[in-house]
Amino acid sequence: MVESHPLERVEPVLLIAIGGFAGANARFAIDTILAGALLSTFLVNVVGSFALGVLVYDSLARGVVGSKSRLVFGTGFLSSFTTYSTFVLATVTHPETAVVYVLGSYACGFGAVFVARETIGWMNGHALEERVGGS
Amino acid sequence: MEPAFLVGTGGAIGAVARYAVGEYIGTAEFPLATLIVNLLGSFVLGAITAAGAGNDVVLFIGTGVCGSFTTYSSFSVQTVLLFEEGNRGAAIANAIGNLTLSAGAIGLAWLLVG
Repeated sequence: MVESHPLERVEPVLLIAIGGFAGANARFAIDTILAGALLSTFLVNVVGSFALGVLVYDSLARGVVGSKSRLVFGTGFLSSFTTYSTFVLATVTHPETAVVYVLGSYACGFGAVFVARETIGWMNGHALEERVGGS
Repeated sequence: MEPAFLVGTGGAIGAVARYAVGEYIGTAEFPLATLIVNLLGSFVLGAITAAGAGNDVVLFIGTGVCGSFTTYSSFSVQTVLLFEEGNRGAAIANAIGNLTLSAGAIGLAWLLVG
């Protein structure tokens, strides 16, 4: 039986912590530039959903991105860059725009994931053409 | 204290705590771990805003820890994957459940703290 080295269990935690540090600061920077939680939270959530969609569909398709990179960028950076708690707090503290804000965030967030899926599908089709010597 | 340090350190703690919840719950068909972090993080964010916490605490706990502990990108990707797999009811339940439970958690925090 091969026991895993303690560092092998520590390493993902360090990678996620680094990603989380950077992701939270990137979100904070956008929130500082764009005054108002509604717009900045909408933007980070839609952009982050697209980027995580690219990572996840890539790993489902052929895995160009390595597992360590997925931990840093997916679980660490992107999941910290996007946020649900501020999204809900901004929704309930702005009741006059709550319905439009939720529907808009959901439509654009899910839509961004679909765009990511199509992008990965298109890139893989393109790569496949190149491998089989197509045009 | 330096805002980038407060937000970043809180963000690192929130991200690792979210990872720990995911490892503990494990991967199932329904993305329960994401639902749990989102409603817990919303409760804490609601509590510190209701308590009128100072700027440093809001940056560290609110923007940093709660902001990174909860996640929108995993939520939206997991919801779309459920839908694609044909679990449309679970996808809709996930979309509505995250919102209503997190909003309820903020309401509860306001009642308890405010």
